[in-house]
Amino acid sequence: MVTRGLCPGDARRCRARRVASVPRLSVLCVHTKLSDADIEALYAYFMTLPAVSAKVPANTLPFPLRVRAFQEGWKILFFRSGRYRTDPSKSNEWNRGAYLAEALADCSGCHTPRNSLGAEKTHDAYTGAEVDGWIAPALTEANPSPIPWTEEELFTYLRTGTSPLHGATAGTMTDVICGSLALPIVPDSDIRDIAVYFSGMDHASARIGAIEANTRKALETSYLGSGEDGDPAADTYVSACISCHYNSGPVPLPARPELSLNSALTLPEPTNFIQVVLKGVGYTEGAPGLVMPEYGSSLSDGEIARLAAYLRRTRTKSPPWTGLEHKVATIRQASAKSL
Amino acid sequence: MTTFVLNGRTVSVHSPDETPLLWVIRDEIGLTGTKFGCGIGMCGACTVHVEGRATRSCITPLRAVAAAKITTIEGLDPQGRHPLQTTWLELQVPQCGYCQSGQIMQAATLLKDYPNPSDRDINAVMAGNVCRCMTYPRIRKAIKLAASRMRGITHD
Repeated sequence: MVTRGLCPGDARRCRARRVASVPRLSVLCVHTKLSDADIEALYAYFMTLPAVSAKVPANTLPFPLRVRAFQEGWKILFFRSGRYRTDPSKSNEWNRGAYLAEALADCSGCHTPRNSLGAEKTHDAYTGAEVDGWIAPALTEANPSPIPWTEEELFTYLRTGTSPLHGATAGTMTDVICGSLALPIVPDSDIRDIAVYFSGMDHASARIGAIEANTRKALETSYLGSGEDGDPAADTYVSACISCHYNSGPVPLPARPELSLNSALTLPEPTNFIQVVLKGVGYTEGAPGLVMPEYGSSLSDGEIARLAAYLRRTRTKSPPWTGLEHKVATIRQASAKSL
Repeated sequence: MTTFVLNGRTVSVHSPDETPLLWVIRDEIGLTGTKFGCGIGMCGACTVHVEGRATRSCITPLRAVAAAKITTIEGLDPQGRHPLQTTWLELQVPQCGYCQSGQIMQAATLLKDYPNPSDRDINAVMAGNVCRCMTYPRIRKAIKLAASRMRGITHD
């Protein structure tokens, strides 16, 4: 039933999706790729769970999505049934990683942009999207991180929630890494296979040669702000941030998140940077054992905006962000509403 | 109720989730070595260690550190004889003393990360700790002396 895109009314048989804004329908596009053996295994597991007498919650999908007949129209447009097909030109590890990502973990559910009907734009697969107020970055070569996502970086990130040359998880991704991927049943080899798949997508191996030089160069900016700058934004950075974020070259310490390597500063939009500054990173979020205080109550929209512009200008080679102060205000308001 | 480890002991507190850790430590628990300076994470007087790393407790809400290990100046060393505390005394670093708990806690993280810190390292990592009495030259000297002792060099 799962592979044909049908989901019986019995809520216990369907995998619950916790991401609020993703139409449940597109999950079918993922699980249709599961092998028969895996579907049987899932079913066997579900049947070991004790039956619960519970009223199925009311459907919260907006009209017209909640009308099953209209969902047929969506499926005609966007649902293609079919098992995952092995690519014989790629390694076993790559295929396993692709299977896990495409048929089960549904990475593209967050990392692929959607059209106005909520379907993934398959031609723009993995080019990044906004989810839950955060940006899920591109996983293709379009990823703007100064250092490519090698297999090793990806494996460390997906296994531990942080990687030395990229930074730590935040937002919804933390649930993925510390929840789903951290389940005891997920072995290192599965994580490594997913890492193989996505480091291939990022064409990381073509750019490995430059990693050391690019890291060293990025770290040359780590001290900036700490002299006599006369720049109020530099002063804010020095008072509030540099004590934790400074790194003495040539490689960052794991406990010192290096901003010049962090995707929060290189993404096309400042969303992730603003979120982290406003909310901080608690003990159970982000890199294990590292806590960042929250500056939402101590810095104004203008101060955060100027801080963002300063860091973008001094730590990256990316073009300036626009509309910063307005964006900070918008994110702050959206966060207040969701409390 | 929130539980965490404070100076090696498990504690449970009743302060609301949003209470800055600084006030939980000072008011509910009663350890007043950590000071309030600005309340916005810009002066460093409130610095404690969370999981061994210097963190500004005035803008860290209690909920962010549930189950974490917290160390205050009182717990930095059981006898108050951390090498930094020793050199702070020897060189008579404090003047009014208000910023100094935060300075020492921050310096402890500095030396953990950079056991042989350059002036540039000291400038950057200590930049968020303000001293209105301008004891900075003595702070710098005490950091370097403590660092050399921690590296096992007994004479300069």
